[in-house]
Formats: sequence, C-alpha cells, structure tokens
Amino acid sequence: MPETVYAVPNIPTPNRPVIIDAIICTGCNDCVEVCPIDVFIPAAERGEPPILLHPEECWYCGCCVNHCPTGGAIKINWPIQQRGYWQRASTGQNFRV
Amino acid sequence: MANWHDYAVRGRVPEWPYPIRYENEQVIETDVLVLGGGIAGCWAAIAAASEGLRVVLVEKSATIRSGAGGPGCDHWCDAPANPSSKVDPDDWAQRLASANGGYANGIGRQIQCRENYDTILELERMGGKIRDTEGEFKAAEGYDEKTKFVFSPRSNPFHESNVVMRVWGTTFKPALKRECQRLGVTIYDRVMATGLLNEAGAQGQRVVGATGFNNRTGEFTVFKAKATILCMSGSAPIWTFDTELAALSTFRPRTLSGDGIAMAWRAGAELALLEKSERHRLGGGHKHHWYAGAGDASYENVPLVDANGKVLPGGLSLPHWGRKSDPGDGRVGGGAWEQVREGVLKGEYELPIYGDFPAMAPIERNVTWKFLLREESGTKIIVDSYEESGFDAAKDRLMAYQLLEGTSPPQWREIYRGVERGGVMIDWDLKTNLDGLYAAGEQLFVAGDHSFAAATGRYAGRKAAAYALEVSHAAISREQVAKEKARVYGPAKRTEGIDWKELHAAIARVMQWFCAEYKTERLLKMGLESLNEIEQRWVPHLYASDPHKLLRGMEDLSILNYAQAILHSSLARKASTQWLDFQRIDYPEMDPPESNKLTTIKLENDQAVPGERPLNYAGHLKKNYEAHNRDYTGVWKG
Ligand SMILES: Cc1cc2nc3c(=O)[nH]c(=O)nc-3n(C[C@H](O)[C@H](O)[C@H](O)COP(=O)(O)OP(=O)(O)OC[C@H]3O[C@@H](n4cnc5c(N)ncnc54)[C@H](O)[C@@H]3O)c2cc1C
Ligand code: SF4
Ligand code: SF4
Repeated sequence: MPETVYAVPNIPTPNRPVIIDAIICTGCNDCVEVCPIDVFIPAAERGEPPILLHPEECWYCGCCVNHCPTGGAIKINWPIQQRGYWQRASTGQNFRV
Repeated sequence: MANWHDYAVRGRVPEWPYPIRYENEQVIETDVLVLGGGIAGCWAAIAAASEGLRVVLVEKSATIRSGAGGPGCDHWCDAPANPSSKVDPDDWAQRLASANGGYANGIGRQIQCRENYDTILELERMGGKIRDTEGEFKAAEGYDEKTKFVFSPRSNPFHESNVVMRVWGTTFKPALKRECQRLGVTIYDRVMATGLLNEAGAQGQRVVGATGFNNRTGEFTVFKAKATILCMSGSAPIWTFDTELAALSTFRPRTLSGDGIAMAWRAGAELALLEKSERHRLGGGHKHHWYAGAGDASYENVPLVDANGKVLPGGLSLPHWGRKSDPGDGRVGGGAWEQVREGVLKGEYELPIYGDFPAMAPIERNVTWKFLLREESGTKIIVDSYEESGFDAAKDRLMAYQLLEGTSPPQWREIYRGVERGGVMIDWDLKTNLDGLYAAGEQLFVAGDHSFAAATGRYAGRKAAAYALEVSHAAISREQVAKEKARVYGPAKRTEGIDWKELHAAIARVMQWFCAEYKTERLLKMGLESLNEIEQRWVPHLYASDPHKLLRGMEDLSILNYAQAILHSSLARKASTQWLDFQRIDYPEMDPPESNKLTTIKLENDQAVPGERPLNYAGHLKKNYEAHNRDYTGVWKG
C-alpha cells in the first residue's frame, strides 16, 4: 500500500509505450531526438532517463528502441489490447506477446 | 518519471525543457524550399541541391526517421526499368494509369516507371541496401542471379513481370538524410510548416515562401523561396480519432495530418478527387496494429490455416508464388474470403485463422519473417517483440485477425485504400496551378507508394530547381505573415478552453455523420455548416499549454480545412462512383458516363470553385514524358 494517497486526475492510457531501465540508461537522449512524435522530453538532470510526456501519442514504430546505443536500456511495451497471439503448431496451444 | 502519478509523488511537474520563444521570428532565404522531410521531401531536396541551388528542408519531426516510410520499406514497387524486368516501363505505366477505372495519376505513374530504378541506384550509392550481396536468400524463389535482387511475387506470381523488388528499407532514411547533409541542404527539424505565402499576400498568386514554427520552442520562421515543393503527404485521420491511441487513429503516423493539403487549399492551389474515402482498413488503434493477413509482407507466401490447421482455399489475396490471388487487399467481402466466411459459419473452418509459418520452406519463411518483416516500416519492433516473447517462426503459427475484427462500420473512414485518393493537382512538371509551387509523393492526387514518392520527389526537385534558376525572389507580404502569426499563436495565448483532442474528435464526428455512407446534398451541406460552426464557435477556444500541444492543435486546424475541402469536393461530384467508394443517395446511378472525370476544387477569393478534368488529362504518357524530359538521362533507353 502507498504511504500517501495523492489526488491525481486519470492518467492518459496507455501511459508506458516504452519502459526505460533507469540503471542502464545513460540519458544520452538519442531516443528523444529520433522519436518522430516527440513522445519524450529530456530530463532536467543530465544523465537521467528521458520523460515520457506524451505516451498516448506513440506510433509504436520502435525507432527509439532501434536507435538506443545502450543495450537493454529501453524496451517497447505494447498496450495489452494490441498484443498479438500465436499458436504452437505441434500442440495447438496459444500464447500472447 | 513516467506518468502523472510520478509527477504527483515528486510534488511538482517539470518545466518545459526547451527555451520558449513564442513570437520570435527569423527570416530564412533560399532558392528551393521543401516542406516535409519524408521520402518525397528528402529526394526533392537532394535533386534540387544536386543542381547547385540553396535548399531548405522543413520537417515537423526528425528527418532521420520521419514519415510513413521513415522506419523502413520492404517493397520497392513498380520498377519496370530494372534490368531483370520482363515488362516495358511505358506499358507498365499505362497499365497502372488505366487501373481503378482510370482514376489514376498517369503523370506520377509514368515518372515512377521511367525513373524509380535510377532513383534506387542512386540510393544504393548513398548507402541504401537494395541487393542480396551476401547471397543470404540465394535459394529463395525470387532471387535473381544476374542482379542479386530479390523479387516479390507481387504482380509476379509466375515470374511474369519482376517489377517489385524486396529491399532493406530500414537503411533508406538515414542514408537520405546523410546525402542531404553532404549536399549542403539546410534541415529544419521539429519545425511545422503552417502556411504558404503568396505574392502580395493574394490567394491564387505565385507562392513565394512559407511560414513555420518550431514545435519545441514555439519560434516562428518565415521562409522566402523562389520555388516551394509540398511533400507533406495527403494522409490525415479525418473520420477516426482514438483518444487512447491517438497516433494509431489511422495506419499512418499522427504527424501526417494533411497540413500540405490544408495550406495548398488556403493558398488557392487546385486539389483533385478529395471526395474519395473508404472504410477504415489496416492497423490503427481501432483495430490490430499488426496488420496481419492484410495481403502485405506479413503474410507474403504464408499459407493461411484455420484453428485446426486446415488450409484455407487458395486465392486469398496474399502475394504468393505460383498462385493467382484475388484483387484487393485481403479485405473480407468478396471472392475467396467470402468462401472462408461462409465455411466458418457452416462449421467447415474454425476461427481463428493463423499464418502457417512452420509449413513453409525454410528459405521462403526467412524471406518473409527475417527479411521483409524486419525491413518494412515499423515492423521490426513487432517481429522482435514476438521473438522476445518466445515466438519461433519455425514452430509457431501467427494469428491473423480477419473475420474476428470484422469490417469497419462505414462511418470509420480513411482517405486510403490502395492508391485512389485525393490530393494536389499537378502538370507534367509536377507543378501546381500556382507559379512557384510544386508537389510530390503522397501529396499528389492518386499517388503511389514509397518508390512513387521517391521518384516523384526527385523529379519535382529537378523541375523546381530549373524554375528557381530562371526567376528572382519576390517580396513577401508582411500582412499575410502577421495574419498567419495570429492564427498560429491564438491557442498558445489562451490558458483554458478546449484541447486538441476534443477538437479532433469533434471534427471526426461531423465527418462520420455527414460525409460517410449516406451522402446527399442536404447532409453534405449540413456537414459544411457544422465544420464552419466548429471553426467559428470552438476554434477560438482552442488552447495549447506548450509548443508540442500547439503543434497538435495546428494539425487539427489542418484537419478541419481538409474536411471542409472534402465536403466541397463531395458536393461537386453529383454522381455515384464505385471507383471512389462514393455513393450519393440523391444521384443513385452508378458511374454514369458523364461523371467519369476528375473533380477539382480550389479557393478563389475564399470561395470554393469546383472544376473538372478528363480522366486522361495527362495525354499520351510516353510522348508527354519525353517531351518534358529531353535532357534526362537514365538507365532506361527505350
Ligand atoms: C507501416 C507502413 C508500411 C509501409 N510499407 C511500404 C512498403 O514496403 N513499400 C512501399 O512502397 N510503401 C510502403 N508504405 C508507404 C510509404 O511509406 C509511403 O508511400 C511513403 O512514405 C510516402 O512518402 P511521402 O514522402 O509522400 O510521405 P512521408 O514519407 O509520410 O513523408 C511526409 C513527411 O512530411 C512531414 N510533414 C507533414 N506535415 C508537415 C508540416 N506541416 N511541416 C513539416 N513537415 C511535415 C512528415 O513528418 C513526414 O516526414 C508503408 C507505409 C506504412 C505506414
Ligand atoms: S537512447 Fe537509450 S540510453 Fe539514450 S536516453 Fe534513450 S533509453 Fe537512455
Ligand atoms: S515507438 Fe516510435 S513513436 Fe513511440 S516513443 Fe518510440 S520512437 Fe516515439
């Protein structure tokens, strides 16, 4: 349970089109510069991961992930409603992204 | 910090990270001004700069990956001048120009067929990958030993044409940007072009530049140019808007908001066939973004099976070696798909449908899964996501969403099907009716695809450069600039009102009600009145709390103007036309001969003036192309 409950408006959803690992990310802002939509803004503090300011505008093009020079720093995070299914041919079992 | 909750926990929201420079103005002078740095725009800038002219490229996002084709491209279509092609470029252009009942852009098609092979060779010199030099796909059916091109079964299931090449398109956009820089093109990224400047500020006069603002700082720029090329694409989410997945409202990215159409319209340029729209089909938040089974690369050569592995009948419209497919794009509603639907209802097939990758020959599977789907625009991340979740194309079948998603309601429309859609009207120089104004790529009416955009961009750059060499700069009208500044900064001055999402949804609703399945004079006029009401009553309340929201708000204003032009165009077509998915209840006869023409529309003294051209207004394609390009030297020698 959170210690303090804040009064915040509903947040736009989906609000995490990508997940940045703050430990691995070097804050180089390459993803900020390549994003065609300007989903991110750079953080005020140097070296900090960028901020996802306009998450619901993401086109899910993957350019930020593909251009990140630091392996494992950023991952795409598909909205649940957009996650696709597949079937293992040998068993008929279904899986989902 | 990822969302509002994090902001709250930190106790403060961050300050805007970029300096705010609203109303600061800079004036830039250039010979050729290219608006839109997508595929056509980069090529236009490169071609004009190659002629030794000063070139400015204005891109609202980041040129390196902007536009529909920024992330990639897996098919270079309709390249009949390639050395392994089995068809004649002029014949192929004529074939494309005769498709869709002749509602086609013969000029653009002729340019594409004659020049897109030269274009791709230039792209290769810039670092774009177009051949399988390592022989990775040597054993694949489309591999061509002579050229090392890997051909697609598109328009080629029996190897009868060899016109569509599979390419490594993720390499293209960075290569184009590098070439622009090498040639000294000045690139203005994150600057949205907002309006064209006419000589003396008068609608319908020569275009002498444009205005724009930086969507991070808000700074205003006046670009003075001898020639201006519109390359902002004609796509826009006019009928659909999803507030949850705002950028997925259509197949194309949100940055394509019809700004080029809106500014051409306001400047007095002639637009053609804007009345064309159709049911929403591919991708988008309303549907599955993974446009599975759409007849595109995702299922090229992939057999489709039912839930129990039963093979669906052939002829489904997926490009496939050795099999003729239905025309169309895998939409349910006819031919083999109707057979599947009936079979499902009778219990012959069980849903869902899957793409049976494991059943394919490994080399063909690799072509589709490892090559095409890694290179197509925006699909690499999809393929990677599947694989990271454990999908293995050798073992797993990929689910397809046909039938499950159904057809869209007819009110969810978009401008696209394949290619027959409205846009800017041009002549054989890709010049509009306004002096100094050119257009290329998906900005044109009935444009083609990536290679069409590249070839027409390159051509427009060449022609605009030739014009710019002949003319001098003209004065810009300060009055027109001041008017545009007031329009652009209105929302930034307000601190409350309605935001861009509400405005966009309002426009989309009007279009769904008054310009969708049911079209009559009365409904279309009501639509126009409703849009005018939005303009007068609600737009003055639009507010934007930072330059990015201002960008989105200005995009809405483009969408609004675009929608108005669509309604004028729809009123002008007093007939039903199957090729345009256009049904007027008050003119029920389908395709009466006198209606087979291009409708055009333009503003004169702010009044919409309809016009028309015969479908074959381009005349004899080969003769006219050659007459306009006597000095052009390319690979094709005739
Ligand atoms: C997912 C997907 C896959 C595709 N795959 C293929 C394929 O494999 N083969 C193929 O042939 N075609 C493909 N296409 C189509 C192809 O990408 C387009 O035909 C091509 O990009 C059109 O080029 P264009 O220059 O006209 O428009 P775009 O490349 O979209 O460029 C338009 C540019 O204008 C900019 N812009 C817009 N408004 C403004 C403004 N106001 N100010 C400044 N800049 C502005 C945009 O940011 C954008 O960069 C695909 C499209 C999509 C969406
Ligand atoms: S590109 Fe990668 S390392 Fe750089 S800021 Fe973005 S996530 Fe962090
Ligand atoms: S996926 Fe594309 S649109 Fe979304 S944040 Fe990354 S670069 Fe931007």
